[in-house]
Amino acid sequence: MPTALFWIFVIFMLFFGVMVVVNRNPVASAMSLVVCFLGLAALYISLDAFFLGVIQILVYAGAVMVLFLFIIMLLDLKAEQRRHFNLIAMFGGIVVVVLFVKVLFDVCYGFQGGNAVFPAIHNTEHGDTWQVGMALFQQYKLPLQMIGALVVVASVGAVLLSKRELK
Amino acid sequence: MATLNDYLLASGLLFTVGFAGVLLRRNIIIIFMALELMLNAANLSLVGFSRFHTHAGLPDYNAQVLVFFIITVAAAEVTVGLAVIVALFRAKQTTHIEDLNSLKF
Amino acid sequence: MNSAPWIILFAPLLAAAAIVIATQPLKKLSSYLSVAAVAVSFVFALVVFGSSGVQDVSFNWIDLGVFQVRIGYLIDDFSRMMLLVVTGVGLLIHIYSIGYMHDDRGRSRYFAGLSLFMFSMLGIVLANNFIMMFIFWELVGVSSYILIGHWFERPSAADAANKALIVNRIGDFGFMLGILMVWSASGTVMFGELSSKWSSLGLGAGYATIAAIMIFCGAVGKSAQFPLHVWLPDAMEGPTPVSALIHAATMVAAGVYMLARVYFLFAGSAAALSIVLWIGVITSLLAALMATQQSDIKRILAYSTLSQLGLMVSAVGLGVPVAALFHLFTHASFKALLFLGAGSVIHSLHNEQNIWQMGGLQKKMPVTFWTFLIATLALSGCPPLAGFWSKDGIVAAAFDHNAAAALVISVINFFTAFYMARLFIVAFLGAPRTETASHAHESPRVMTVPLLLLAIPSVIAGFPAISHIFFPEAEEAGPSIPAMLVSVAVFLAGICAGLALYRGKDSDPISIPLFANRFYIDEFYSVLVKWTQDALAGIAAFVDRWVIDGGLVRGLGGTTWGFGFALRFLQIGNLQAYAFLFGFGVVLLLYLILFAT
Repeated sequence: MPTALFWIFVIFMLFFGVMVVVNRNPVASAMSLVVCFLGLAALYISLDAFFLGVIQILVYAGAVMVLFLFIIMLLDLKAEQRRHFNLIAMFGGIVVVVLFVKVLFDVCYGFQGGNAVFPAIHNTEHGDTWQVGMALFQQYKLPLQMIGALVVVASVGAVLLSKRELK
Repeated sequence: MATLNDYLLASGLLFTVGFAGVLLRRNIIIIFMALELMLNAANLSLVGFSRFHTHAGLPDYNAQVLVFFIITVAAAEVTVGLAVIVALFRAKQTTHIEDLNSLKF
Repeated sequence: MNSAPWIILFAPLLAAAAIVIATQPLKKLSSYLSVAAVAVSFVFALVVFGSSGVQDVSFNWIDLGVFQVRIGYLIDDFSRMMLLVVTGVGLLIHIYSIGYMHDDRGRSRYFAGLSLFMFSMLGIVLANNFIMMFIFWELVGVSSYILIGHWFERPSAADAANKALIVNRIGDFGFMLGILMVWSASGTVMFGELSSKWSSLGLGAGYATIAAIMIFCGAVGKSAQFPLHVWLPDAMEGPTPVSALIHAATMVAAGVYMLARVYFLFAGSAAALSIVLWIGVITSLLAALMATQQSDIKRILAYSTLSQLGLMVSAVGLGVPVAALFHLFTHASFKALLFLGAGSVIHSLHNEQNIWQMGGLQKKMPVTFWTFLIATLALSGCPPLAGFWSKDGIVAAAFDHNAAAALVISVINFFTAFYMARLFIVAFLGAPRTETASHAHESPRVMTVPLLLLAIPSVIAGFPAISHIFFPEAEEAGPSIPAMLVSVAVFLAGICAGLALYRGKDSDPISIPLFANRFYIDEFYSVLVKWTQDALAGIAAFVDRWVIDGGLVRGLGGTTWGFGFALRFLQIGNLQAYAFLFGFGVVLLLYLILFAT
């Protein structure tokens, strides 16, 4: 993918990520997050991870964010009022963030190996969906089953937690 | 062409945004969404590495499988987390995080 | 011949063991066993006395390579003489005890203790090295404790036994230090080797003097010299035969015997000899002064013993240990006789011990009277009885070496004659002062025969012909006429003073509280002990309460609690604060790992 397109999608994603954090209206935050995931999916696709890009949209943007919106509606959250600022907490937060960014830049510029161009890929007759599927069902059978059990447990837990009274 | 470092930088910045959200926002739903941002930043860097380390002309699909698992687990986590928030809301009638401090000494 | 010393040593031990294990209910059998054992020892002591030459035999009892304890015997002139004295006087006292303790309920225990004592004392006499002597030294102390506290239901007797043991222990501590000093300097504890090695070791004068003084501490404790003399008068709480055997003739003489044995340690150090001399002289003078004001017959005799022991020790200090041993030899016979005679009086007056409650015993108890008179004269130094010759040896040596000491010793001899005259006149002469005194009668023969037998050496043991049998190596210094004249003069002066002051009196015309209260030394010691103990207890209480309880126990607990309290403030319940700390920690870690190491 041309570099320009890459950077457009990155700025797109980061902008809407910041929007998520900055917005006072929770619905607007959720919508920004959806668009951010779209940008992220585009980045996945630019990395030749087609399967994951689609999964990202389907699961995250389609299911998780819908769930978020359901909950926001359920709790009937209004836009936040301006509350008094806790300066110390803000200051602490900003300090940590700045430090983190600094470390990030140091690491990235110190990683010499990352400056190489991506190696070439030969397209085989099976797409990457097939490849991921094979890896999942052959090498990672057990984790797959565990994930299945995990999802079932989560569902049961969600049902239990939302009961009015635990009988 | 974008290099791996660029993707890592993007991932790191996204993570920082998410982390800032966790630290600075008061509404618990927004904090949860910022948490999702952090998870996705990690996914991005994993996919980047998967593309970078190729075996026999194909990307390293182990990382992509890991991303798959992370997405699934994040979904389960969101489910249970939101259920907890709903239960909390029913008990306390607030989503403001500073009101949820019963676990102090 | 070789086994004779072992038989002498172990026969009393076997008797003691037999009594303790088997025959305690059979009191008469126990007493006969004990007497038989001593008789066996006496017979073999005669056999050994007949031998000649020096025998030094020992075998390894504990052998750990670098550390060896040897048990053995050393037979020379000193030990031959001493063996005879110990077993001879011991035998007579054992026979006397059969009569004196006739009605006592604890007779078996008494005779077992007596046999144990004989075993220990003979061990000291026969010992040929310091370690063996120290072992038996301590054994003698234990036997003394058992015997003084024979009537332990009396609190005064139990206290007296404690006092004897503890005061002896103090002296023994110094003794042990002295032994260690000698051992580390010369590498050996055998007397034979030490006597040849000691002067050639090239020790500094300070070290040799201090080692000698430490060894002397043992004698200070055992022979009741000042300042450790306080136990001997209280030890009169024991039965009178015990006082006769242990505290007149044998145990207290062990100190003087030991000094004579290891005199070579002192020979080179004038400072040590001078200390020995003056401690002996001070003891002797103090005891003589204290004796002039006592009313208990046994106490007077106890102080007299103290005084004579002081004389013996000062003889060692004057450089004539043989004269000291000669005086020990004669003193054993007449002092034992004095004590047994006092016991006879006490027994027939139904345990009355105050001389002012006696009187007029000349007709009622003739044997006791005449033997007591002989012993009194012998002790006072009346020529030609035994005491005169032995005291003369000491006075002559004093005149030769140290004029000040000679003067004081002469004064002491005057007081000796004085208080013995006082005792005899008040207790035996005149009219009976109480009902019990007028009903007195002579003691049974089992008690009077030993008195008669002891009177014989009191008379003749001093003559040069007789003493030469026992002391073949004594120097023939020839009689020193000025010393003899002075001795006779002070003897006559003392007797006359006693007669003048006490004839026909019913109560003491002179009253000197300082002497009667024994110079308040006992009171001083109890204050000192109490003060030291209070100080130590105070320190211990402080350490226990503040250092251990407060510092260690509560400190540790408090520190833990404090840490917990401080760290508790991190749990504030604010989720974002936790996230902040977490993130901060992560950033720090990343920085440290990636960039700092």
